[in-house]
Amino acid sequence: MRTFYGTTLANPLMLGTARYPSPKVLEAAFRESGAAVATVSLRREGADGAGQAFWQLIRDLGVLVLPNTAGCHTVKEAVTTAHMAREVFDTPWIKLELIGHTDSLQPDVFQLVEAAKILSDEGFQVFPYTTDDLIVGERLLAAGCEVLMPWGAPIGSGRGLSNPYALRAMRAEFPDTPLVVDAGIGLPSHAAAAMELGYDAVLLNTAVARAGDPVAMACAMREAAEAGARGFAADPIEARDMAEPSTPVIGKAFLA
Amino acid sequence: MQITLNGERREIAAATLEAALTECGFTGHFATAVNEVFVPATARSGHALSEGDRIEVLGAMQGG
Repeated sequence: MRTFYGTTLANPLMLGTARYPSPKVLEAAFRESGAAVATVSLRREGADGAGQAFWQLIRDLGVLVLPNTAGCHTVKEAVTTAHMAREVFDTPWIKLELIGHTDSLQPDVFQLVEAAKILSDEGFQVFPYTTDDLIVGERLLAAGCEVLMPWGAPIGSGRGLSNPYALRAMRAEFPDTPLVVDAGIGLPSHAAAAMELGYDAVLLNTAVARAGDPVAMACAMREAAEAGARGFAADPIEARDMAEPSTPVIGKAFLA
Repeated sequence: MQITLNGERREIAAATLEAALTECGFTGHFATAVNEVFVPATARSGHALSEGDRIEVLGAMQGG
């Protein structure tokens, strides 16, 4: 399994913590998924301390936390959010999201590179939520990122991998960089497909949290991601257009 | 003085960020910003507030 900023993960799933029917289901889904990383966020805290109970729940799961800058539209906003996240969650990890388009939540890759540079220079370990553009990937690595997280499809869409060709090209272009398909996963087969491309992990949330049975879906995602990873490691055959008989022809009786 | 805390206008007696948070009942683990600039926990007691300051208090929240 690949290493993310010096941390090796035994399980290729990174799981979000939003939109579950209840904290109890969130906890059960996490345990069933085997995910070693939980994405979390920051929001306005009330004097009632609602965030404290959630933070305790996450700590009890014993997983690594990956705070995000979800909803940020400017470099300044994202950088300040990252500073605040580092203090609340006590981690240098930051899932850097800079949203550029309201409907698709497509990353603003220009601001993303700028913010990644600022945060990397300050010692953050940046997990950039990006597109599958190779040049942007190069710029993010040059900015100091050691992980790339291209989208599979728009966040929460469940559409799977919109452009497997581009994701494959990204894997080929950055053979030594840990790559994570982040967003767009809807089905276990999507997670398997990402891992079959040689990706190091998949990050998903809605597909599990909004499933009719989130705990069962968490289990299915774990098994699918593992199957895909094993398939990739086993060096799959090349696809071909025409048939190739699997049963040997030599020694076949003449009975026609 | 009057300040805005998490989007709501409030009248407070406190003169520093630390004292304002205590006055408003905040306990536990959270991060703060004043006028869109992060103020680390270690700097809160020395951060004097001014009339009209905008304070953000953020805590852990579910995220994807």
